[in-house]
Amino acid sequence: MLGFLKHPVVVTADINLNVVALTAMGLLSRLWQLSYPRAVVFDEVYYGQYISFYMKRIFFLDGSGPPFGHMLLALGGYLGGFDGNFLWNRIGAEYSSNVPVWSLRLLPALTGALSVPMAYQILSELGFSHCAAMGAALLMLIENALITQSRLMLLESVLIFFNLLAVLSYLKFSNSQKQRPFSPSWWFWLTLTGVACSCAVGVKYVGVFTYLLVLAVAGVHAWHLIGDRSLSNVSVLCHLLARAAALLVVPAAMYLLFFYVHLSLVYRSGPHDQIMSSAFQASLEGGLARITQGQPLEVAYGSQVTLKNVFGKPVPCWLHSHQSTYPMIYENGRGSSHQQQVTCYPFKDVNNWWIVKDPGRHQLVVSNPPRPVRHGDVVQLVHGMTTRFLNTHDVAAPLSPHSQEVSCYVDYNVSMPSQNLWRLDIVNRDSDAGVWKTILSEVRLVHVNTSAVLKLSGAHLPDWGFRQLEVVGEKLSRGYHESTVWNVEEHRYGKSQEQEEREVELHSPTQMDVHRNLSFLARFLELQWRMLTAKSDGSEHKYSSSPLDWVTLDTSIAYWLHPRTSAQIHLLGNVVIWASASLATAVYTLLFFWYLLRRRRKICDLPEDSWLRWVLAGALCAGGWAVNYVPFFLMEKTLFLYHYLPALTFQILLLPVVLQHISDHLCRTQLLRSLFSALLVAWYSCACHVFNTLRPLTYGDKSLSPSELKALRWKDSWDILIRKYQ
Amino acid sequence: MLCATSRLLAARTATALPAQPRGRGPGARCRRRELHFPGHPELDLDDFLTGRLARPSVPVGRRAILRRGRMPPAVGGGPARSELRPRRGRCGPQTARVVGPDETAKPAARSRKRPGWGSRHFEAAGRWALLALVTLLSFATRFHRLDEPPHVCWDETHFGKMGSYYINRTFFFDVHPPLGKFCAFLGSLLVPFAYLIVLELSNSLPAALLTAALLTFDTGCLTLSQYILLDPILMFFIMAAMLSMVKHNSCANRPFSAPWWFWLSLTGINLAGALGVKFVGLFIILQVGWNTISDLWHLFGDLSLSVVTVGKHLTARILCLIVLPLTLYTATYAVHFMVLNKSGPGDGFFSSAFQARLSGNNLHNASIPEHLAYGSVITVKNLRMAIGYLHSHRHLYPEGIGARQQQVTTYLHKDYNNLWIIKKHNTNADPLDPSLPVEFVRHGDIIRLEHKETSRNLHSHYHEAPLTRKHYQVTGYGINGTGDSNDFWRIEVVNRKFGNRIKVLRSRIRLIHLVTGCVLGSSGKVLPKWGWEQLEVTCTPYLKETLNSIWNVEDHINPKLPNISLDVLQPSFPEVLLESHMVMIRGNNGLKPKDNEFTSKPWHWPVNYQGLRFSGINDTDFRVYLLGNPVVWWLNLLSIALYLLLGSIIAVAVQRGAHLPAEVEGLSQVLLRGGGQLLLGWILHYFPFFLMGRILYFHHYFPAMLFSSMLTGILWDTLLRLWAWSLASSSLARGLYVVGNLSLLLGTAYSFYLFHPLAYGMVGPLAQDPRSPMAGLRWLESWDF
Repeated sequence: MLGFLKHPVVVTADINLNVVALTAMGLLSRLWQLSYPRAVVFDEVYYGQYISFYMKRIFFLDGSGPPFGHMLLALGGYLGGFDGNFLWNRIGAEYSSNVPVWSLRLLPALTGALSVPMAYQILSELGFSHCAAMGAALLMLIENALITQSRLMLLESVLIFFNLLAVLSYLKFSNSQKQRPFSPSWWFWLTLTGVACSCAVGVKYVGVFTYLLVLAVAGVHAWHLIGDRSLSNVSVLCHLLARAAALLVVPAAMYLLFFYVHLSLVYRSGPHDQIMSSAFQASLEGGLARITQGQPLEVAYGSQVTLKNVFGKPVPCWLHSHQSTYPMIYENGRGSSHQQQVTCYPFKDVNNWWIVKDPGRHQLVVSNPPRPVRHGDVVQLVHGMTTRFLNTHDVAAPLSPHSQEVSCYVDYNVSMPSQNLWRLDIVNRDSDAGVWKTILSEVRLVHVNTSAVLKLSGAHLPDWGFRQLEVVGEKLSRGYHESTVWNVEEHRYGKSQEQEEREVELHSPTQMDVHRNLSFLARFLELQWRMLTAKSDGSEHKYSSSPLDWVTLDTSIAYWLHPRTSAQIHLLGNVVIWASASLATAVYTLLFFWYLLRRRRKICDLPEDSWLRWVLAGALCAGGWAVNYVPFFLMEKTLFLYHYLPALTFQILLLPVVLQHISDHLCRTQLLRSLFSALLVAWYSCACHVFNTLRPLTYGDKSLSPSELKALRWKDSWDILIRKYQ
Repeated sequence: MLCATSRLLAARTATALPAQPRGRGPGARCRRRELHFPGHPELDLDDFLTGRLARPSVPVGRRAILRRGRMPPAVGGGPARSELRPRRGRCGPQTARVVGPDETAKPAARSRKRPGWGSRHFEAAGRWALLALVTLLSFATRFHRLDEPPHVCWDETHFGKMGSYYINRTFFFDVHPPLGKFCAFLGSLLVPFAYLIVLELSNSLPAALLTAALLTFDTGCLTLSQYILLDPILMFFIMAAMLSMVKHNSCANRPFSAPWWFWLSLTGINLAGALGVKFVGLFIILQVGWNTISDLWHLFGDLSLSVVTVGKHLTARILCLIVLPLTLYTATYAVHFMVLNKSGPGDGFFSSAFQARLSGNNLHNASIPEHLAYGSVITVKNLRMAIGYLHSHRHLYPEGIGARQQQVTTYLHKDYNNLWIIKKHNTNADPLDPSLPVEFVRHGDIIRLEHKETSRNLHSHYHEAPLTRKHYQVTGYGINGTGDSNDFWRIEVVNRKFGNRIKVLRSRIRLIHLVTGCVLGSSGKVLPKWGWEQLEVTCTPYLKETLNSIWNVEDHINPKLPNISLDVLQPSFPEVLLESHMVMIRGNNGLKPKDNEFTSKPWHWPVNYQGLRFSGINDTDFRVYLLGNPVVWWLNLLSIALYLLLGSIIAVAVQRGAHLPAEVEGLSQVLLRGGGQLLLGWILHYFPFFLMGRILYFHHYFPAMLFSSMLTGILWDTLLRLWAWSLASSSLARGLYVVGNLSLLLGTAYSFYLFHPLAYGMVGPLAQDPRSPMAGLRWLESWDF
């Protein structure tokens, strides 16, 4: 009791002035004149629109990455009091006064600045000297590409920050493992590793590669732990469980949390609704929810419904029919049934309404009480405006001759009987007696006579079909495909006996009152699925490049050009750093394999601890470079130079590692060592000089003359913009 | 011996296949006799199955270690001996400790238990008898009803056609014999191969037997080997490579001996074969490569070997596994190019230089005017492979897609619509008028390209291209050669000075649109139906130099110029090889599924989610349906999960330093080493498909399935042995082991009896129909046989 009173409260502060100085320099380089230029720079145009969506709470879908990064940027906007009113349509457009440019750019700049002292700490945690650690941080400080990227409203610097944080906290964790396992700081760093990993993944999907790397290193360490016979079985189990919880469960939970926050922030319907399922749309405020709110849940005989295709590609559309018939003879000479066309139509229209009819009865209204339609029931579908029955028969479809034509039956008296019975197959039913539910049920309509399935073929009909989409009866339905699945979107119980009344009824909006909500998990799964499958048009871009160009810096991106002068921002790396970092990677690889082979023959060039340090540094830095670089060769999306920056950061961390190693182990004499240090100083001043020369292009603050710009064009592939007149 | 074999076969098949149609003489005669081996009365079926013959029984030294009772056949050090022995004495003390005492104890134990001669004799006899049995059964199932159906199935249209090209169109091409028999022959060999691989890896007859049964009784493998597809051939080479690799591994204690060289070079030969059949053969190369590297790593770590010896090992590997296969592979290509030296429908896919070596092609020994002149009729070919010729035809771009003008595309085949006339931009006079002097086209000239058939000019304007939205549309415009200033193009030769003439075939030219400044190129994307699925031509505003926007002139007709023979074009063999590979890879990647199509996904495969219709759809047709035997496949799936579980338990136990009893130690070595190789094979042959963008089919899984079945064999054998080992009484253990193995074998055979109509063909109502004999067998709704 009150034992803590017995000891005085002591605070010992341990301030590493190196870190403080580095942080200050980092902040200075990243935050200086942050709100200049007051214009949309390059990809700000892309992220900006999402920030506006957040500010207006409008739902959106961005296939490029999870929402955490966008949310962080939006946080800046929120703190700066941004109302979201800005038209993000053109790079170079001047910001209006309501856009808080400084606070929007603050977060990426801060993360960029903090990466500098973090590089220092990572290297000292890896067990390298303060000189090496300082070297890494100073290199990060003067890397032009990193500065450019962090001074703008872009996500790469945030991603790099979390990548480094994950590595740093894992190193702190594994260093405290040796001394005091299960201490508070041990727990803190372990959890922080998991959190940082999930944040990195949450900012951009490519963060997953660093996460996997950390997992792999943690896995190897855990494997050694299992082999440690001095630990009891129970304590090994505790260690493993703690790691699993922090590195697997925490990130998964965090990832879900991002989506939870995202979905609760953007709850209004907006322009991206169409891509989502009806159920999802109905959960958003406004939009479809306004229409579907209060619809009866269970579809009954006599219900009036619109049927939306679940696959919705190439465009989301509804089952549709209209007065026009299929042309007697197609362009290629094949014949048709000449019956009324059935298509899929991407707009809301009164002709999208169908009535569910019981084949055994005549009325088209809902009886009281309503008789719900269940899985396996045989129904007829009556087109609301023309009162014709949905029909299919053994006639080739107009554009997909292997499938059956679907029509609304017209009796021409030519011995072609109507075949209008459809069996209802509810795909996501709970039980075999499942009821057909509005929005929620996904159904397949199986033709009773031919067992063909109603399917959206995805082809556009020619002019005679008004370029609407073709609907066919698929005979060879091989298993489940979303294009054969439909769901009821709008729904009401039909009350009108007569056709004219019914037409009036069809034209009027649906009303009635039942509320439905989709669970968070269902919404998350759908959103995540759509994000992963959203097709980015793999179009080329003027500044797109291939991964091979990155290592040698054979490409550049013009970010912004002053409307009048030739001041410009250009994404360009510090050539000296890029070249020496690549060289260091090559040297590391060669040395590593050389040592490895020699060790195999029992020749140990390095003492054991320095070998272990060398391997761990390589696994994290060279490995970090590889996992953040190599996967881009397999990606099909449009790639830019800035995709290389996370890999470059790891490469920069490797550079001092290799240099210190050369100085410690390869320079045998004191003279050589001094020579080497002198060389390093010369090399670093060289890098500083390059930084200084490229600075006008990095900050865009100074207008250079055409001849100066030409002089800066060190490589032909750099597209530095030079105005012809001036 | 033969009699005994076939008797056993008959006895087994009698339960499994009541209606085997083809008689086998000796089997029929022997059926009624007692089941024993002549001359060895003490042998009974139990012993035979438990593999006691196959291995020496438990050594004396081991007895003490055994916890309880007698072990069913497996012997600690015995399994994986092939793996362990070569490393003995150099991989560190641990392994040596395991194997050492066993080696010394063995001969003594064997001689006491049973006369050495008999044992060895039995061992050999049993193995050979079983091998013969397995082979025979495999051949019987594969050749049974091989002639049905008599029509062309599935991909046979494709590969059959290729075959007929080789036979040079003089041979009437008959589908089944002899090619069908050849495929069935190779397909039948898979089973004995699998048997031998498992035997080599686990040294356990029952495991090998189970594997053989799984593969023999798998309807999928059976169906696949009965048809002319490339897959049986591919699988043959994969398995042969694997077998020779495993055999070579067991020769490791006698390096540089004759069998060692033999198996090593055979591995190389089979690798070449696998790669030569399909690119999927690459995966087995990875596997062999991995095995070789780890092997060399162990040798390198063995300090008793000098560096020179290790160098010799390395050189041998390089010679046999890299140089030899590459030579064979290139040799097959040399033969391929020599046989196919005639022009055919595939010419357009290749560059002009490539075509020049095909006899019958208009570029072969071509004699055409050398320099382009105004009035020349030309074809323009894109330099990127498999893009084709600049093409136009009398069809307009549909409404809503740019301007409604005539389409311009690229087309891979030779056609009159590929012909264009070079004209001066400012006059419409006919340059071929004999009164006018010849005027050559020079680098930097402004020209107009008129389409010969439709007399429209190549045209571009600020409308977006149909597929690549950021490029401009290219159309055919104007009437009889009269258009507007958007028809003017500047012709430039890459890396040349102004004023140079332009050479046919050799000059690499770019066409730059004068008004918009964009470059004529092809995006390589396939246009939809309205564009006849030809490739899109665009004018790209990005001036970066890519092959897509570089062209060369191929055909050239100008009556005013003298024809010159051009034989400079003959490309060298490496160039030809490289080019044909590029075209193949592009062609392979081009097989992309369309959006609304049902496609097979890799995750479907191990689950046996959906089959592939080989022939027949309706109930009156003769239907063959490629579907794995679900019992086999689901057992495989279960086995992989069990393997991972058991493997990690053992690995963790070893890492924790648990002292395993010698029996378990031996079994776990088999499981981790032998099983590990098979698991690696499965992973390598399965997971890369997840990364492939091309259209995939169910039959792509079968190489992986072979590995998975072998893993199943090893796993269940080990599991049963472990289980039996843990039991108290020795008779119970033996009984359990025998019953377990027998029930697995018989279960597989029975399931084959149930599902055999899938492979041998069925007529009658579809399985959805309750009247169908297959009605009860539609275990998954996605099976549509």
